[in-house]
Amino acid sequence: MWDIIKSSTPEILWAGIKYTIPIAIISFAIGLVLAVITALIRISRPQGKSKPLWGGVRAVFSFYVWLFRSTPLLVQLFIVFFGLPNVGIQFDAWTAGIITFSLNTGAYASETIRGALLSIPESQWDAAYSIGMTYRQALFRIVFPQALRVALPPLSNSFIGLVKDTSLASSITIVEMFMVSQQIASNNYQPLLMYSIVAAIYALFCTILSILQHYLEKWTSRYVDALGE
Amino acid sequence: MIKLEHVDKAYRDHHALDDVTVTFDEHKTTVILGPSGAGKSTLLRSLNLLERPQSGTLTIDDLTVDYGANLTNKEILAVRRKMAMVFQSWNLFPHLTILQNITEGPIHVLKQDPVKAKQRAHELLQKVGLDNTADRFPGQLSGGQQQRISICRALAMDPAYILFDEPTSALDPELEAQVLRVLQQLANDGDSLIVVTHNMEFARRVADKIVFVEDGQVDFTGTADDFFNHPTPRIKEFLAAMEF
Repeated sequence: MWDIIKSSTPEILWAGIKYTIPIAIISFAIGLVLAVITALIRISRPQGKSKPLWGGVRAVFSFYVWLFRSTPLLVQLFIVFFGLPNVGIQFDAWTAGIITFSLNTGAYASETIRGALLSIPESQWDAAYSIGMTYRQALFRIVFPQALRVALPPLSNSFIGLVKDTSLASSITIVEMFMVSQQIASNNYQPLLMYSIVAAIYALFCTILSILQHYLEKWTSRYVDALGE
Repeated sequence: MIKLEHVDKAYRDHHALDDVTVTFDEHKTTVILGPSGAGKSTLLRSLNLLERPQSGTLTIDDLTVDYGANLTNKEILAVRRKMAMVFQSWNLFPHLTILQNITEGPIHVLKQDPVKAKQRAHELLQKVGLDNTADRFPGQLSGGQQQRISICRALAMDPAYILFDEPTSALDPELEAQVLRVLQQLANDGDSLIVVTHNMEFARRVADKIVFVEDGQVDFTGTADDFFNHPTPRIKEFLAAMEF
């Protein structure tokens, strides 16, 4: 058994380093950008001439969030990879995976960020404006750092969830960790052992992320923790 | 000088400001008084465009804006850079240290040299007796200390006018006195202060001019002496209600 573990673990781990981690990190990064844009558009309340146009843009982003939160990730992957070629849009498996995971993460994370931004009192915007800050300065220098503290635990949850969800990429032919373990299991007829190894590697990745989350939370909450000193 | 002319502001069925015309002089302390809900804070917040009246004009020295027009960001920033504000609940930035709270505006808005901005911040902190708090976070200070820091934050912007929105309402009497002493010092230094307050003693002792607001209208403008010693029947009633 040890020989099987010793020979297969590096192969599975390498697939994790080569595919699982990059897919998760790239998709999460793109998803976060999308989430911030979506959240900002959905909380904006413009006045004047641009109001009808803005209402239309907000409706499009609200529809996007609804669509990706209301349908299973596996179905989304299949539509993007197997479905879109029917209408002439074709992606390789890697690109289809990144697009789907990013859009899915963006939809969920946008709700987290929207909630976090709305939790910051209006008085913080007033204070920022009162010293002459622009909207962008007020947002990124004053409101966002405070919202980040609120958003960090649920966003970390989303990221940990995404790392595990990348196993679904095997269904669109990406040879990530789970698929490699399946392939090895089909050769050595040791499915319990192989899937246990891959489960342990997922658990290892997620534990490392949880530790990072702990330190990030401590850093973003340093002004709150200081109250007890 | 700041001049408001024919300013109207309504929230659905409530008229917060009703054809308000009033001036605020430079290097003077103007105190805005009036019963709760009279429109005092709305009037003050209209000066730096935190509230946007539906009509009327605002003139600050050589700058005039029409509230009814679609103001550009440039116009809004030009108005806001002429004044700073101290809030009732101080509204310090909780994630920044005291020093960062004071230098945030000078460094990132006025683009001052960070070393000079920090030096000035320490001077201001010394002026209010809180230089030892520079590296602490706002939540670690008392309400009175936080309000004095928020005055430093306003002063650091070198504004032509400083707006105070009930700066002592959330403080207990001892802390209120600390803050009022700082305000009095600023008034003595010749800063241009516009103060919304319920503290009659402060108004009596410090105000160069009093503006009395009721039901969204300016009912009185004049000296503190006229206001307190020669009141109209309505002001007499208001002053009586403020006493035990």
